[in-house]
Amino acid sequence: MADTTTASRSFVRRLLRQPGARWSVIAIALLVVVAVFGPSVLRHIQGYGPNDQLQIVQLKNAPPSWAHPFGTDRLGRDLLSRVVTGAQISLAISVVAVALSITVGTAYGLVSGYAGGWVDAVMMRILDGFLAIPRVLLLIALATMADRMPLWKLVLLIGGTGWFGVSRLIRAETIVLRRSTFIESAHALGASMTRTMWRHVLPNVLTPVIVFATLSVGNVILLESGLSYLGAGTKIPTASWGAIFNDGMGSAGDVWWVLLFPGLAILITVLAFNVLGDALRDVLDPRHLHASHTPQIAEAATSATPEKNG
Amino acid sequence: MADPLLSVRDLRTFFYTENGVARSVDGVSFDISAGETVGLVGESGCGKSVTALSLMRLIRPPGRIEPGSQIKFDGLDIAALDEKSMREIRGARLAMVFQEPMTALNPVFTVGDQIAEVVRVHHAGSKKEAWDRAVKMLETVGIPSPAQRANEYPHQLSGGMRQRVVIAMALIMNPALVIADEPTTALDVTIQAQILELLRDLQQKFGTSILLITHDLGVVAETASRVIVMYGGEIVEEAPVSDLFARAHHPYTEGLLNAMPQVGHERERLETIPGSVPPPTKWPQGCRFHDRCPYAWDRCATEHPPLYQIGGGHVSRCHLAVEPERRAQKHEPMVVA
Repeated sequence: MADTTTASRSFVRRLLRQPGARWSVIAIALLVVVAVFGPSVLRHIQGYGPNDQLQIVQLKNAPPSWAHPFGTDRLGRDLLSRVVTGAQISLAISVVAVALSITVGTAYGLVSGYAGGWVDAVMMRILDGFLAIPRVLLLIALATMADRMPLWKLVLLIGGTGWFGVSRLIRAETIVLRRSTFIESAHALGASMTRTMWRHVLPNVLTPVIVFATLSVGNVILLESGLSYLGAGTKIPTASWGAIFNDGMGSAGDVWWVLLFPGLAILITVLAFNVLGDALRDVLDPRHLHASHTPQIAEAATSATPEKNG
Repeated sequence: MADPLLSVRDLRTFFYTENGVARSVDGVSFDISAGETVGLVGESGCGKSVTALSLMRLIRPPGRIEPGSQIKFDGLDIAALDEKSMREIRGARLAMVFQEPMTALNPVFTVGDQIAEVVRVHHAGSKKEAWDRAVKMLETVGIPSPAQRANEYPHQLSGGMRQRVVIAMALIMNPALVIADEPTTALDVTIQAQILELLRDLQQKFGTSILLITHDLGVVAETASRVIVMYGGEIVEEAPVSDLFARAHHPYTEGLLNAMPQVGHERERLETIPGSVPPPTKWPQGCRFHDRCPYAWDRCATEHPPLYQIGGGHVSRCHLAVEPERRAQKHEPMVVA
C-alpha cells in the first residue's frame, strides 16, 4: 500500500512540473471552491440573490462599482452574484454531462472492442449513424422544441450526444489490449470474458478516459454557453454563463461589463481544463512512464555485462 | 501402466483464413504421464504454440479444433467440455506460462494482486488468504523479500523476476499440468538457466507435469525426459531425450541438432536447414519436409510417411526407417537446387 501512495505522489509531482499545469490546477481548484460555496456566501454577505432585481431604475446597467464589482445588467441584477452562480451551474452541467457521456462511451467502446466480430461491426455501424448527426443542430432543435426544458434534460441531452468520440477511442485501445499477452494469460488462468474485460482491460484504458474527460469538460462548458447564448440552453432567469452573455447582447458596446465578466469566466475555465488535459496526457503517456524507468534498464544492462568476460 | 495424465489423439486445429484453410496442427497424438516433463520442439510456424493453445482450448475464430480431435486430461474430455467447466480447469488443473514476461503481466496491478487474482478467480479463499498465498508463492519461486515485492508493479521488476511471477501465477493453484510456451526465450542466458532450474525444482516439489515448448534443443536436453519434434503441423519424431540426442532419426531433427553450437567442436559456421517452414495453408505433397531434406528421393514426394516405430519408444515419420540404405545418398535439398 505504501507503494501506491509513493506512485501517486510522484504522479502529482510530475503533473505539476508540466508547464501551465500548476496554474490550471490552481484555477480549477479556485473555480470549484467558488462554485460550491460562492453563491451562498455572496447571498449571505450581500443579502440578495443572482435573480433579484434591485432598484431597476437606478441600477439598470450600472457600471462596476464598490457595491457591484462586476456592475449590473439591464434588469438591475448584480453581475458578480450572477457570474458566481453561473460557475456553479455551468460546472455542474458540464461535469455531470461529461460523467454521463464518458461512462456510456467507455462501456460501449469496451464491449464493442472486446466482443469483436459481428457484434463490433453492428455496434460501430450504429455509432457511425450517430456520428452523422450534427450535434449542435440537434441540440438546438430539441431544446427549442421543448420550451422551458428543465436543467436535467439539458444535461441528459448534452451527455447523451457526447459519448461517440470516446467510445471510438476506447474501442481502439481495447482491440490492442485484447491481443496482449496478459489478457490471454488471464484467460489461461481461468478468468471469464467479463471478468477480464472489467478487471484487466478497463483499468488499462482509464488513461485516455481521464484525458478525454478533462478536455471534454472545457468543450461542454463552451457548448453549454453557446446553446444558452442562442437561447437553446438554460432558460431565463437561470444564471449560466452563456445566458448572462445573452442578456448583455442587446446593449453591447456601452455595457461592456455584461459581456466581459462571463466571457472571462468562460475563457479562464475552458483554458484551465484544456491545459490540464494536455498536461495529463503528457504525464500519463506510457512512453513517459518508460522514460522514467530507463535507469532500471540501464542497471539491468550493467549487471548483465560480466557475462561477456566469461 | 496407469492412464496418462494427458492423452492427445489426432488433434487437428485448423484456421479458416482468406488464403485457405491453415492446417496448423494436423493429426497430433501424444501422452504425458503424471510428473513427467516433455519437450515439444520445432521451428516457428511448426504448430507447437497452436498445440499448446488447443490444449488450453484458447483457440479463437477463425481457428477451431476439428471434430474427431481428442484431448483427455485428468479423466476429462477437454475437446468436448463446455466453456464454464473449461474455465474452472484453466489455471487450476491446467495452467500456462507465456513466453513474454514483459507483456504477460498487467501493467496497472501489483504482482501480488495478480497472483492473488488467480486464487480469487477460482474461489479458493478470501482476499486476505489469497494475498497471503500469493506472498508465499513468490517466496517459493525464489523472489527475495516477497512481502515487499508483492506490492510492486511489473515494471519495477527485472525480466527474470517477472518470469518468476508468471510462473508463480501458473503454479499457485497447484495444477497437474503446466504448459510452458518458450518460458526462457526472452531472457538472458544466465537467467534462462535459473528459470529452468526453478521449473525443475518446482516440479519435484509439487509433482507437476510440464509440457515445455521451445525451439531450443539445449533447453530440452536440460529439462525434459522425453522430446517431441514437430514439423509442418505434425509430429515427426518422438523419443526419450538421451535417445534423441544419441541417434536422431528424422532428417529434420538431425538438422536441428547440427544447427546447435557444441562445446569442444571448432566449427567455422553453424549448419542451417535450408529453406523455411512452408505456409500451413499448403503443406507439400508426400513428406512435408522433403523439399528441404538432404536425403529425399522420389518416394518422399508422393507418399506421406507414417510414424515408424524404430524401437525403444522412438518413433520417426521418415521413410528412412524402411529404406535405411538411402541415408548414404546425401545430396543438396530441392529448395537449393
